[in-house]
Amino acid sequence: MTAVGAAAPRTAPGGRALLGLSGLAGLLVLVELLPRTGIVSDSYLPPTSRILAALADEAATGAFWVAVGDTLTAWAIGLAIAVVAGVGAGVLIGAVPVLRAVTASTVEFLRPIPSVALIPLAVLLYGSDLGSTLLLVVYAAFWQVLVQVLYGVADVDPVADETARSFRFGPWARIRYVLWPTALPYVFTGVRLAASVALVLAVTAELVIGAPGLGAVIAVAQTSNAITTMYALIVVTGLLGVAINLAARYAERHFLAWHQSVRGEAPS
Amino acid sequence: MIKRLLLVLGLPVVLFVTWYAASANSENFYAPPLRQILAAFVDTWTPERLRADVLPSLARLGAGYLLAALIGIAAGVAIGANPRLRAAAEPVLEFFRAVPPPVLVPVIMLFAGIGNGMKVIVIVSGCVWPVLLNTVEGVRATDGVLADTARAYGLTGAARLRHLLLPSASPQIIAGLRQALSIAIILMVISEMFAASNGLGFTIVQFQRSFAIPEMWSGIILLGLLGFGLSELFRLAERHALAWYHGLRDAQRRS
Amino acid sequence: MLEVKGLRKVYRSGSREVEALRDLTFTVAAGELVCLVGPSGCGKTTLLRCIAGLLGPTSGEVTVGDRSGLAIVFQEYGRSLFPWMTVRDNVDLPLRQKKVPKARRRELVAEALTAVGLDGTESAYPWQLSGGMQQRVAIARAVAYEPSILLMDEPFAAVDAQTRADLEDLVRSLWQRLGMTILFVTHDIDEAVYLGQRVLMLSASPTVVQDELTVDLPAERDQLHTRADPRFVTLRTRVYSQIQAAKTGTASGAAGELSSADR
Repeated sequence: MTAVGAAAPRTAPGGRALLGLSGLAGLLVLVELLPRTGIVSDSYLPPTSRILAALADEAATGAFWVAVGDTLTAWAIGLAIAVVAGVGAGVLIGAVPVLRAVTASTVEFLRPIPSVALIPLAVLLYGSDLGSTLLLVVYAAFWQVLVQVLYGVADVDPVADETARSFRFGPWARIRYVLWPTALPYVFTGVRLAASVALVLAVTAELVIGAPGLGAVIAVAQTSNAITTMYALIVVTGLLGVAINLAARYAERHFLAWHQSVRGEAPS
Repeated sequence: MIKRLLLVLGLPVVLFVTWYAASANSENFYAPPLRQILAAFVDTWTPERLRADVLPSLARLGAGYLLAALIGIAAGVAIGANPRLRAAAEPVLEFFRAVPPPVLVPVIMLFAGIGNGMKVIVIVSGCVWPVLLNTVEGVRATDGVLADTARAYGLTGAARLRHLLLPSASPQIIAGLRQALSIAIILMVISEMFAASNGLGFTIVQFQRSFAIPEMWSGIILLGLLGFGLSELFRLAERHALAWYHGLRDAQRRS
Repeated sequence: MLEVKGLRKVYRSGSREVEALRDLTFTVAAGELVCLVGPSGCGKTTLLRCIAGLLGPTSGEVTVGDRSGLAIVFQEYGRSLFPWMTVRDNVDLPLRQKKVPKARRRELVAEALTAVGLDGTESAYPWQLSGGMQQRVAIARAVAYEPSILLMDEPFAAVDAQTRADLEDLVRSLWQRLGMTILFVTHDIDEAVYLGQRVLMLSASPTVVQDELTVDLPAERDQLHTRADPRFVTLRTRVYSQIQAAKTGTASGAAGELSSADR
């Protein structure tokens, strides 16, 4: 059968990027014009040019980079703990059917508990230290990883598992050669989701509790009424988020290049 | 049946008993005995308290979440059905989604003060992105053959939206709504921690600041129960709305 | 009646141009069952989409009278039925769109499902049915629409051989009973000869009508005897050689000369 292209004119990849850039440019122009024309008071929304200037000012200070460093440190440590714990627990629970059955209800119960519920506890335990941030980050990110790993383990092809058993693979070999490769794409998805959740919670903890980092600097800018700086810092958190998303997606594609083709053929 | 019940309840009961027993003689100020926490729970969350603090929280949560869902789906369909608009809007949307929602609280306080409106807008501003982006993705991925069929049989305009675009995007839309639900709960709590005179987040922080530790724990537990309850509700609704989708997927997997 | 005149379709993607259809002219009389065959990749689907109004031709014209009297059955039954609707709603939806009164709709849906042998599956979902049954639902949907023209795009290419034979007979009997015009696209030569009153053979892309053939088999056909009929064998051989010629680009006979002169 002939493959017939979509009836709508297709945009070339270059054209897409151009459209995307023009969208971003449109946003920048809009934010410039809204306060300039007085539609929105510039004490609420400073124009793009001033936000960018404030951003440049911030970037020239050491304190800003320390704050970025603090946020990324909390993010990285928290994410690392959550990934190790989530993968470890997921593989263990997944490899032992009894464990899976026993823990299912508990996981379903604990997972939706909002991590911000732990804020008061974190404050009491760690004050406004890194520990507070880590508690929230790890809690929130852990479930993302765990749940994905459990999905992955559940996806193991029974035929592959039985084949491995028929060749008298031990439990370790089965985990190594059957379970882990199947679960790997899910692990990556989990890590990708956890990476963005971890950033959200890191900034949140800093903002609400005052643990060192970008969130705390935003809170200071807010209380000292430095609106333009506040906007600049918020833009920075957004850019960090975009960077983390892109990096995670890139890593996923890079490391799973061999796997996608395998997965593409597997079902059917 | 009994075995199932045992599997479902076994571990939670064990954990509960362990906590209860291990904390029974706790001298730790921050980790009071569970007995004390439970007593505080009953004393604290009286019907009046629930009405005064939990109900406003839930009302704001509901309003913000529904509004975000409406805006997200409407904008998502408009953007998803228009390739050029989608290409232009995507980077902007990706940026807004990547901004950690709680940092928008200070911004929204500038515009909307510290009243109920602010809290609802905060929830909307955080929840709308996952719904929107997922809707865009879902509408974009509408099956070509199905779209042709709809066109060949004269399904246009509202009928096309109702019978083709929305149902075919619904699995994605619902995935977005699920993400939005947990964001909504987070923002409900955070917005109340910033500035409020009532609400669950406000009350829990008050307990913490006045070192009413068992009460604080009881608040955390209530929040947990709330999160669990809402996600169960969501699951029920999803199972109903996407029955066809799960059936289809199972059928495809079997073949 | 269906009339295609000088139809040409060029796809543009960036600076690249692909001429899918070069110059197609043919007519299908009212109530006729015509099969279109051609080598794979010859633009059969493009042609059908142009006729259905799903695709605008680059030049030339398609006259189908009233487009709302046109129904279509696609090859991909699994993707052309709405998976979130029951069988009944799938058949019913186009009628609702056509603003057919409710009582009449119920009648039409019931009749169509009976006609394709799907009584009792009304409240099942399409994915609960086998592939052949799903394609029957798609046919029922088209039949219930009461079209004057029915377009079928390789409808049986994805079902197993046994089911396929059944569905072919179903199409013949529906056509004889309801008297609509059918344009049936297939890559299967036997199927084309078995089903059609006339077979149109298309050349390789860029596509022109390579040859046409009137199938002078009796109107009553059945899988066993018709396919064993010497006349059937002669006809299919003739179509086969034309298609082979179209594939290699060298044609035999008058039509071949015509097409080489074309180039």
